[in-house]
Amino acid sequence: MVSSIRFDNVKKTFTTIDGEKVNALSGVNLEIEQGKFICLIGPSGCGKSTMLRILAGLDTPSEGAVYLNDKKVTKPGSDRGLVFQDPNLFPWLTIYDNIAFGLKARGMFKKRRGDVSDFMELVGLKGFERSFPHQLSGGMCQRASLARALIGNPQALLLDEPLGALDAFTRMNMQDELLRIKKEQNMTMIMVTHDVDEAVYLADQIVVMTPRPAKIEKVLDVKLSQPRDRNNPEFIRLRSEILKILDFAGKEATPEYNI
Amino acid sequence: MKYLRPLLPLLSLAAAEIVALAVPDSPLHQPANHPYFAVLLVVVTALYYIFALLSNHFAKRRKTPREHPLFYRAPFLAGVILFGNLLNIFTIKTAIFPVLYFPSLDRVFGTLVEDRELITKCIGFSLGILLKGVLGGLLVGFFTGLAIGFSKTAEYWINPLIRILGPIPSTAWIPILLIVFTEARNASAFIIGISVWFPTVVLTSSGIANVKNSYFEVSSTLGAGTFYKIFRIGVPAAMPHIFLGLFNGICGSFVALMTAEMIGAKYGIGWYVNFQKEMMAYANVYAGLIVIAVMFYLIITLLFKVRNRVLGWQKGVIKW
Repeated sequence: MVSSIRFDNVKKTFTTIDGEKVNALSGVNLEIEQGKFICLIGPSGCGKSTMLRILAGLDTPSEGAVYLNDKKVTKPGSDRGLVFQDPNLFPWLTIYDNIAFGLKARGMFKKRRGDVSDFMELVGLKGFERSFPHQLSGGMCQRASLARALIGNPQALLLDEPLGALDAFTRMNMQDELLRIKKEQNMTMIMVTHDVDEAVYLADQIVVMTPRPAKIEKVLDVKLSQPRDRNNPEFIRLRSEILKILDFAGKEATPEYNI
Repeated sequence: MKYLRPLLPLLSLAAAEIVALAVPDSPLHQPANHPYFAVLLVVVTALYYIFALLSNHFAKRRKTPREHPLFYRAPFLAGVILFGNLLNIFTIKTAIFPVLYFPSLDRVFGTLVEDRELITKCIGFSLGILLKGVLGGLLVGFFTGLAIGFSKTAEYWINPLIRILGPIPSTAWIPILLIVFTEARNASAFIIGISVWFPTVVLTSSGIANVKNSYFEVSSTLGAGTFYKIFRIGVPAAMPHIFLGLFNGICGSFVALMTAEMIGAKYGIGWYVNFQKEMMAYANVYAGLIVIAVMFYLIITLLFKVRNRVLGWQKGVIKW
């Protein structure tokens, strides 16, 4: 098994303003296989976003390291696309220019000009080339930000609660879009989410995390075939298993309620 | 009443023309060479109707026609003509206002025509200084602001300097600048530069500081280098602030220009007003003020046209 991404005993400590040290991540080991869909799930403060930011190169670990194809991650790069909960489209650029941004930044726009319309089509935004972000709905902006991250042909797409701000209908729609894009582009996708249902629906592997100390509690393989039925007994069993782990962890972490 | 509205300017014009041409002038006033005021009113009214009819013609072709332009601005123009008419009555017709300080409108507008050579020369001179000063102040301010916004070291060393030097009114530098610069016009340009520089620095650097950090993070993950991030993320994201700084700076530069030209200048529209005041030629003073108003109005309008083009993606904050 060739693992494409490896977390090797990654620790991250922040120092608060009061000088207190907070463990944002205490010793994470994880191997992720190329082409898998991974969901990181857990309550706030479990370090799932920190893991993603370290992998993206936006934060550096206090100890340990992350490897992408056996190369240590030290800074952000176009081999890892990143999508936030907020689409973060550049408001001064049109949708077309937003999507083309990565190509232009790396001086590849002249050669790959045609790709921009291909990726606009991939995310279903054809015809909105000349619109500005403020003219589009939240779901459409998130599609544009997806295309912007995908156009650099990253090996891994990192998604930090990308669907969190969308309404339920758009959200389910986008989940199917993500699966379709992953299949077409054959890339690794790592997604942080709060939504257990979403995790079971999308992931090949679910990484359940707990806070205090922030670490991986369990890694679950989802053996269901795509497309998944949300009412399948195995689907429901997995969901309740994850909820159980999370609930259990929650009680462990808050002993003050057990007076 | 509805049909009377577009005709209001004509009524007001008729009243003003009767007063201007039929009522005898007061002997206290110095007579003008031509009836400039009466002619000007006719020209303005004629232009108004031509433009109103033209834009009305084009508005009909638009999908959502605006209010009939003949109706919209007509009362305003009628009011303006009425105001002119009253001024005319109080000055040349009755000499109720002090004759020395309130010359007849004919002489004020006459100055614009008869003294046009000197006025044009002064406008050119002022615009030259303004352009030099604004461009210099803008460029230096913009790059200082960028440095402060992006570099902690630059912020550490330059920021205290700006806090101390910035609030000094630019005209307070005049005594020193007169020694440093041998030519008065360079001193004037420098004063204007200072008054543009300060707001530009402050708003550029604070604009950069207010750019959402996630924009920089996203652009790093898309493979953008440092220079690309500064000029393709930082600058456009801070552009609304930068324009605000430039707007404040240019408004300040008008004050600076007028003051600067009142010391040791040989030409310039500020010099013109000051010089004519000393000659007790108040008709020329008013003419100079009219020129200043029109000139600065056009400059600010131009600035906002540029802003609307550059910041088309943003919804307008200041309306002009």
